[in-house]
Amino acid sequence: MENRKSLVARLNAVNEYEQQAIPNNKLKGWRSFLGTYAGEHTAGTEFVIGPLFVAHGASAIDLVTGLILGNILAVLSWAFLTAKIAVKTRVTLYFLLEKIAGKRFTLIYNLVNAGLFCFLAGSMIAVAATAVGIPFDMTMPQLTDIYPNNVGWVTTVFAVGAVTTVIAMFGFDQVSKFAMVAAPWMIMVFIAAALAVLPRLGVTEVASFWSVAESTIWTGTPLEGQSKFGFWHILFFAWFCNMAMHIGMADLSLLRYAKKWQYGFSSATGVFLGHFIAWIASGILYSLFLIESEGSLTFAPGPIAYSAVGVAGAICVVIAGWTTANPTLYRAGLAIQSINPKWKTWKVTLFVGLFTTVAACFPALVMMLLEFVALYGLILMPVGAVIFIDVYLLERIGLQSNYAEGRGISLNWSVALTWLITLAFCLLLNLVVGIEIFFLGLPGWFVAVLVYVVSAKIIQRK
Amino acid sequence: MKLLIKIISFLGLGLNIIPAILVFGTYMSADTCKLLMLIGTVLWFGTAPSWMNKKDADPAGE
Repeated sequence: MENRKSLVARLNAVNEYEQQAIPNNKLKGWRSFLGTYAGEHTAGTEFVIGPLFVAHGASAIDLVTGLILGNILAVLSWAFLTAKIAVKTRVTLYFLLEKIAGKRFTLIYNLVNAGLFCFLAGSMIAVAATAVGIPFDMTMPQLTDIYPNNVGWVTTVFAVGAVTTVIAMFGFDQVSKFAMVAAPWMIMVFIAAALAVLPRLGVTEVASFWSVAESTIWTGTPLEGQSKFGFWHILFFAWFCNMAMHIGMADLSLLRYAKKWQYGFSSATGVFLGHFIAWIASGILYSLFLIESEGSLTFAPGPIAYSAVGVAGAICVVIAGWTTANPTLYRAGLAIQSINPKWKTWKVTLFVGLFTTVAACFPALVMMLLEFVALYGLILMPVGAVIFIDVYLLERIGLQSNYAEGRGISLNWSVALTWLITLAFCLLLNLVVGIEIFFLGLPGWFVAVLVYVVSAKIIQRK
Repeated sequence: MKLLIKIISFLGLGLNIIPAILVFGTYMSADTCKLLMLIGTVLWFGTAPSWMNKKDADPAGE
């Protein structure tokens, strides 16, 4: 009973400054961000995205050049868009949005946001479960699976989900510490796994790697039923796969702890270790799996990593899943908690963790990860454009920033219209013009900026 | 003592990458590599948490 009381007291004491600016003595040094970004972006998703590039027939040269340029654009977005605003305001996205758009808009946005975070965290829990299930000879999911189809899978997912939720309940500090310890080790395992299987692909010296990469690993030919990915697909995917975090401003929640805006460049550890080295490494592993299994449809990162480097590989898949699922669950908890600040963060996270775990039971969440990641960024992007314009431009053109707070209104229609019109525009581009989802973010951002400025002018002059 | 723990940590990290390089160069079998990587993993997680997060709390993180 004593233990129970102290646990609840400890959980209640978790204060993440959701409704106030971060005090100066709570700001974190750059090492914290290096570790968090490296851990968060060397994650379970990397075990899925790298292989999907292979499945979509990316060629070796398109992959390397597209990743380098796309990742540079992502880091610049984090530093010059997100980190600058985070350091200037020191508040969460949700708190800032409430001032700009009003409580009613924020309520809807938070629900959408939390739902998307849950699905992303859910896919990571599912990836981790493919490794946890190895000793139990669990039936692994297939590329074509949508629904859960065996009890072993559901049980394993629930076990992984429970542990992930408990860690997230203890707040950002615990998540940050866990990610920081695991990050260097995960990078080593990713690289080691790829190196250890290269001889099985016919690479026995460095000089022969590129020719095997072009002829055997990234052949430029998509698997049957998969669309073809070229240079621009890779570049835009690398730039926009975390669009919700940088251009969409979700990482205000993390970067508001930064002493300087330049700490936004620490995202480079995440993208170049996770979205370059790890994607290449996992692509190599999947390519070998396809060759040795003669085109099996099984899609399970756990057994693939286990086959390459044994138990350490399987543990890596589990931990990689956790280090993404944990901060994502934390963000989802913040999103829901901002609906009612009186709710305790840990109780909200517990509820979010349960919902996420149920979602994780559906293998489709993993198999359609590329499309989901692109959609997720796209949906949250217009609000990031609104925040950018509100912070930097509105007052300069004679309009009021933080309009909802200033006027005491619960719904700023210029924000609501911006969100709806931008997403409708992107949908039309997709359905009518046939532009793929991976490319919609860029034109969408400019449309969001234009609509917000025009609608703010009209609404504020009424 | 702290230095010794750090040395063990980095030894663990090394055991996670060096055996794979040796497998690539065909100087080591895959099974030996897997065993050494597991030992390295245990060493890393057994020692690194005791020192990795300590400096984060002070302003030296700058």
